[in-house]
Amino acid sequence: MRQLKPVDVVIAGGGFVGLTLAKEIATRTSLSVVVLERGEARNLSSYSTDMDELDYSLRYRMMQNLAEETATHRHSSRAGAVPIRQYGSFNPGTGVGGAGEHWSGLSFRFYPENFRLASFLREKYASRLPENLTVQDWGFTYEDLERDYWRAEQLIGVGGKAGNLQGRHIDGGNIFEGVRSHEYPNPPHKTTYVTTTFASAARELGYHTYPVPSATLSRNYTNPDGVSRAACAYCGYCTRYGCMIGAKAQPTNVLMPVLQRRKNFTLRTGCNVRRVLHREGRADGLSYIDAAGEEIHQPASVVILASWTLNNSRLLLLSKIGRPYDPASGQGTVGRNLTHQVSQSTRIFLDKPLNNFMGAGGLGMCISDFDGKEGVDAYPGVLRGGNIRVMSGGEGPIASFGSVPPGAAERDWGSDFKKAALEWHDRTTVVTSEAEHLAYRGNFLDLDPTYTDKFGDPLSRLTLDWTDHERAQGAMLAQVQSQIGKAMGARAASSSSRHLERYTLTQYQSTHVNGGAIMGTSAETSVVNPWMQHWQLPNMWVVGASAFPQNGSGNPTLTILALTLRAADSIVDRYLKHPGALA
Amino acid sequence: MKRREFIQLPAKSLAGVLLYSLASESARLRAQSPSGQIQVPLRFLTADEARVVQAAAERIFPSDATGPGATEAAVVIYIDRQLAGPYGRDKYRYTKAPFVESVPEHGYQAKETPREVYRAGIKSLGNFAALAPAEQDQKLLAIEKSYFFRLLRQHTIEGMFSDPMHGGNAGMVGWQLIGYPGPLMSFRDEIEKAGGQPWVRKPQSLTQIAGRAVTVWEEEKD
Repeated sequence: MRQLKPVDVVIAGGGFVGLTLAKEIATRTSLSVVVLERGEARNLSSYSTDMDELDYSLRYRMMQNLAEETATHRHSSRAGAVPIRQYGSFNPGTGVGGAGEHWSGLSFRFYPENFRLASFLREKYASRLPENLTVQDWGFTYEDLERDYWRAEQLIGVGGKAGNLQGRHIDGGNIFEGVRSHEYPNPPHKTTYVTTTFASAARELGYHTYPVPSATLSRNYTNPDGVSRAACAYCGYCTRYGCMIGAKAQPTNVLMPVLQRRKNFTLRTGCNVRRVLHREGRADGLSYIDAAGEEIHQPASVVILASWTLNNSRLLLLSKIGRPYDPASGQGTVGRNLTHQVSQSTRIFLDKPLNNFMGAGGLGMCISDFDGKEGVDAYPGVLRGGNIRVMSGGEGPIASFGSVPPGAAERDWGSDFKKAALEWHDRTTVVTSEAEHLAYRGNFLDLDPTYTDKFGDPLSRLTLDWTDHERAQGAMLAQVQSQIGKAMGARAASSSSRHLERYTLTQYQSTHVNGGAIMGTSAETSVVNPWMQHWQLPNMWVVGASAFPQNGSGNPTLTILALTLRAADSIVDRYLKHPGALA
Repeated sequence: MKRREFIQLPAKSLAGVLLYSLASESARLRAQSPSGQIQVPLRFLTADEARVVQAAAERIFPSDATGPGATEAAVVIYIDRQLAGPYGRDKYRYTKAPFVESVPEHGYQAKETPREVYRAGIKSLGNFAALAPAEQDQKLLAIEKSYFFRLLRQHTIEGMFSDPMHGGNAGMVGWQLIGYPGPLMSFRDEIEKAGGQPWVRKPQSLTQIAGRAVTVWEEEKD
């Protein structure tokens, strides 16, 4: 093991969270900041020829190499876990920028009551709540985070239309959202045949449509850091690709331009962090294997874990920091409240060609009439809802081929199938939803007793399954999706909810996995305090979706960025002046 | 050393392969084309195996009244290259033991790589290439739910519609069939206007658009 010279701040993970923290600390202080990233360096030119559906979208060329590291899954504590051997239900990133390079750009805020969900549900439902629910309050309010949301929106240049500006409800925005202090930094995207057809149909049904807020720029934009990016060209190579013109906000095009100018910032790629070194209630630094295979110890005054959700909890467990969660007793904190997101979709078949190959990851039209607390009271068993939307995200020719109406072909191969698939090709789209996934006592993360990564360290083991609540959410959303699809003129429609019967690794759901190192107001029930400072090691922060006590319905990236800015402020404005526990 | 294996394909259908995929060998291949048939060197499959894969892909996505199929698109070349590359030997799949059979929601959990699955699956089809189409369909129906067939079906669609630099979609016949214009850089001026009516252009491949060769993943060395 080689011991390096101490630095002020060391950060595990070079994605949106780690690099945002690095930018805030390295530009607002003169402290030395080192980011350790396991993957490779990337920049704009890395994406000049990535418009290849096979390698990038179907073979996951930008994602974590599962041969080296994956997680295992089981449906309950009584079942045996098996490894996630190939990609399916979620896609962790790797390399500089992480999953923030190949995301879609959807940039929702969570609702005000999301941040005090346990209190909200108790007030509304009292004893009618399911017994196994373990939802918690976040320890601060939406109003506390509003400024950080606004900063995050400016940082990445979100385009959209406000629906609640300083308390004034505005038609055309999401009228159900929390109060915004400002209009979005950019206007909404261009519209498409799919989004305008959805909008007129949904409005006719009495719903309130609004453009999906998106960080795929709707116009040329310079953010408050002086970083300029070009407007989206709607090429359609967005989700699972890096943007070749930098229109989609990615850590490499939003954060690296600032960081590269800072002499107090160092990025080390090819470095796999394996342990947090700690003693007597303090983190001493990080231990990692570098690109040459050497074991390195990097001491630091402040240690930040900013790896992808599952890895933050895994690093804590591998480093024996904190008490692992035990679902039988409900005691312990590390690994608790593992959540994903509830996805539900209805495929509709229309009369006209849609040119689905054009688009942007974040280009869509949405309603929230059955989202958050809205609209759910008419559906017994549903506590919290989800958004309903169509996207013109850009579809590749392979994945988009072969969707046919129910009964149009007996099999998915042969002459009859080919004929039907050609007939319906590019005349079909999906009305989709993402809904809140609540936290339950039995869903958690721990270390797998059998399977290991390339270094021999235990993999994360996910114990995760759906409950009747998610199935009821899915049924509610499918019903509204079909209603809107019909109003859009669908000649046929089919909703699939089979993946909600049991958690299914083989179907992509979203990369919105959360929890495991959650924040809260008590060290008994959370890993970090509301500043994401570790309860037991006050010079360590654990930041990211791992800190979500449970998930919201909107895509999580914007909330992750707002939390990151909140954590950065707590370090720069408070901790560095008076080192110690902040809560 | 292993004897080099070839598959014989109609030259007419392989113009695309010559142009987009085998640039370095195109002169030699073109020289053979006056006979109407050309020999394409195989990377993984044997000639006999390739004939089975080609015949099966043709039943999955046939050349018929609705347009060209797997043979014209050279799907077998695509599949051969995928199997020869990192995908075929599971370079990016988690392949540590123990291998445990689990519930369907956990997906494919077995040890065998795509190469091994194909090798065994092709063997199980026996004299497939020599059978009449109706008999071939019966054979495929019998294995329709097998992992081998699910791979073959998925790879056939990939070979029809992936960029021609991967060896399939020869002459971009697949893209012409579905009206896909290729990975164009911008639809800024079209996206609002074009929906609801067909927007069809002569397709362009990524290599043509980029103006240079693109490194495909299957060429990656160990």
